[in-house]
Formats: sequence, C-alpha cells, structure tokens
Amino acid sequence: MTEDIELQDSDHEFTHKHLLGLADYSKEDILYVLEQAKYFREILDRPVPKVPTLRDKTIVNLFYEDSTRTRLSFELAQKRMGADVVNFSKGSSSVKKGESLKDTIRNISSMKIDMVVTRHESPGVPHFLTRCVDAAIINAGDGAHEHPTQALLDMFTMKQVHSDLTEKNIAIIGDIAHSRVVRSNVLGLLKLGANVTVCGPKTMMPAYVHELGAEVSHNIDEVLGWCDIAMALRIQLERQEDGTELFPSIREYHQLFGITMKHLEKYPDFTIMHPGPVNRGVEMESEVADSDRSIILSQVTNGVAVRMAILYLLSGGSRV
Amino acid sequence: MNTTKIMSAEDLNRTYLRFAHQFLEPHDDPNQLAIIGMQTRGVHMGRRILQHIEEKFEYDIDFGVLDVTFYRDDFRTKLKMPEVKVTEIPFDLYDRDVVLVDDVLYTGRTVRSAMDALMDYGRPRSIKFCCMVDRGHRELPICADYVGTKLPTHVQEEVRVRVKALDDEDAVYVAENADEEVE
Repeated sequence: MTEDIELQDSDHEFTHKHLLGLADYSKEDILYVLEQAKYFREILDRPVPKVPTLRDKTIVNLFYEDSTRTRLSFELAQKRMGADVVNFSKGSSSVKKGESLKDTIRNISSMKIDMVVTRHESPGVPHFLTRCVDAAIINAGDGAHEHPTQALLDMFTMKQVHSDLTEKNIAIIGDIAHSRVVRSNVLGLLKLGANVTVCGPKTMMPAYVHELGAEVSHNIDEVLGWCDIAMALRIQLERQEDGTELFPSIREYHQLFGITMKHLEKYPDFTIMHPGPVNRGVEMESEVADSDRSIILSQVTNGVAVRMAILYLLSGGSRV
Repeated sequence: MNTTKIMSAEDLNRTYLRFAHQFLEPHDDPNQLAIIGMQTRGVHMGRRILQHIEEKFEYDIDFGVLDVTFYRDDFRTKLKMPEVKVTEIPFDLYDRDVVLVDDVLYTGRTVRSAMDALMDYGRPRSIKFCCMVDRGHRELPICADYVGTKLPTHVQEEVRVRVKALDDEDAVYVAENADEEVE
C-alpha cells in the first residue's frame, strides 16, 4: 500500500523571479513547475484545504480585462496558500479618472505588495511592470501574446493522460490568431518535445504562424485522425467587430471545425480539452464537452494547483 | 573533516525493533495506532519499523507520509525555495493515536510544523514523536516520546542518519563542521 508513494528528489535550480511567458522558461523549468504542482494538487483534497505558506505575502490581482475563471482560480490559489489578496479591476478604479498604468502600479506597490498577477489587453504589459516595481510579476494574459499559467495547467492535465509528452501529437483547433493560449501552449509543448499542429480557417491563422514552429492544417478530419490530444479554442466573438467577420456564420464554422460525436466514434483515441468557456454547439457539440473523452473539468481543478505552485516558487527571496 | 560513526547498521536495526515494540505497547487494539513518516529520512525509518511490526506481530498498521514544507517558519530565511515533496495520508486521522517519525530532533521547529499540518488533516486522539537521534539545542518546548539515542552535540556539528534505501547503508554519523557539507 505504501510502497507506491513516490519519493523523488530533483536537483533543478529554479531561479526565476517572474512568470512573464513560457518563452523565458526552459524545458527543465517547466517540468519542475509541473512536478511541484502535483504536490499542491493534494492540498485541495485535504479536509482543511489551506496551508499557511504565503501568510506573510500580499498579492494584488491587477485585471484590466474581464476574466472569470483565471481570476477566480488565482484568487483561490492565493487564499489556499494563506496570502492576503487585493483585487483591482478596471471598471471600479481610478483608471476611469485617467490614471496611467505606471501610476496605478507605483501607487499599489507603495502599499507594500509582494506579487502582482496581471491581465491586460496590451501585449508586453507584464514586462513593463517588472521595470516599474520590485514585486514578482505573473502574467495572467497580455493581449494575444501569452497566457503562461493556462499553458502550464494544460500541460499538467495532458501529463495526467500521457505522463511523457515527448513525440505526442497535440492538435490545437480554432482561432489561432487571436489566442494567447495557443502561443504559450505551442512554446511550452515544443520545449517538452511534443508535435503540435494548429488547425483553423485561413482567416484565423496569424501571419507569423510558421515562426511558432507548429505545423498548420485546415482540415479537422486530418488532425483528429493524427492527434493524441485535441484542444479546441473558444471562438472569441468579442474580438471581432461584428461577431462573424472571420467566417461566414457560426453554423458554417461548426460544420467545418467543430468536434462532433461522429468524430469521437471515427477516431477513438484522442482526448478533448478546452481552455473554457465552451461555446456549446460551436467549437464542439454539447455532448462532446460532457463525454468521458473530455478532460475540461480536470483542467479547471488543476489550474488552481498549478497556480499555487507558481505562486510558491516565485514567492521566495524577497524577504531574505 | 572529522566524521564519527555513532551507530552501526546493527545498532539501528535493534533500535527499529525496539520502536516496533514500544509503539504497540500501550495499545490493546493495534488498529488504533497509525505511523507517519516525515520527509525524507523519517519515511524510510517509519517503513523499517512497520516492517518489524508486520514480521513479528503480523499487524497491518496504517502508514502515511508527511511533508511539512508548507508549514515551516524558516523557509524564507533560505535562498532557494525548498522543494515540496509528496504528502499522503491515506486514512482518517480522527481519534487515532499517531506516532510521527523523523530522523533527528534538533530545534523542534520541524515537529511544530508537523503538528500544525496533522491538525489540518483531522483530529487525532494523540500525537507522539519518535526520533533516532535527539541532539539537544531545542528552541521550542518539545520533547520526544521514543528516542533512539540521546547525543549531546555542538551547534557546529551535523548529525546524519543514513538509511539504506537512499544512502546505501544504515548508520548514524556526527560530522565536526556543518558548514563544509550541508545537505
């Protein structure tokens, strides 16, 4: 019974102060974070799912863009670790009065903040913040650039299905151009040695798509037959001006790029993921999202654990 | 550097056997007892004691593994964030008599963290503490219930308990200068 409790030591030196994007993290860094996240996952199942590790830390969640899942997930992770949390959102703040980002963050940091979790519609904001304040910065999404904690939790969830992602085939389907999740995932997955194909309509492919290093396909049958894991992305209607300028209709998108129950029967091996929230009947049929091949809800649970690990690993040093 | 062997494999084995008897002694019902090994050496010690209990008495005692990193009060004084290790307590602690097992009792801070951690898992009827070496220099009002050996030490010295599964031998050493080679 007790023999299968694994005890392993890693001698990896994790030295990052911030998490701005997976572009800065090496394969070893990523694997280290994912390995550590396993042990944080266990806290969530305890009778008292709370540890006092970050009780001396104050964290501000600086959200310039709407978010439900990511923000709740971060806040829960912070509270599970005992940190003090203050929330900032654009709508109810002095941003309305014309205060600049730099002034806002300088003011907040004068209140003795140890870490900042930030989401902003402009790429590069987290990098900018590192030059304004001394706190550790965690990127929770900057424009269409990166969303590293989402990619880390995706990889963590993938590793629960396939413990080694080397040479595993991962397909990412949907709006590649508008997605920061894609960028972080492709960067991370390629570092872990996986094969990545992005699939979507030509209008949703960014100009730099080949620079990412992923293969490109426009045929969903082709990629579903090939992949071990298919991750559908949300069609971000709010980022298109009148909703459907990148494709003729939602119905047509679903016919060409939606995952259906027929696909599940025809290709019995792949697992389904989605960063959420799912547009049921668009990216996939409702039954597909609820099928036993879907691990969408594990992604959400794992998100808290992965974010706890990141908060823990980046919390060191400042008080030494 | 001067290293002195304090206990041999044979000494350790005898002590593990003694612990096995001592753990069971107060219990009419052995199922009341639960053993929890503290990461990392304490886990291997706990397993050795468990093995003796199984071989001698054929009792199947609940065993768990505890990592106290989350509860430590001193981790921010170190440069690198300590690595978190697995915690697995696959049984209900409610109303059990728990024995915590660790290799060395020194300042008492690790034991304090371990008690905090256990309380978050449930409400055991009692917690006892077992260590191989009690080296003194306590900073908190804590003492061990089961001790392998009491060893008056200097603060500069380092006590190392070696277990076969990790270090290829069972032994206890005292090294003269802790600064030269810290784990």
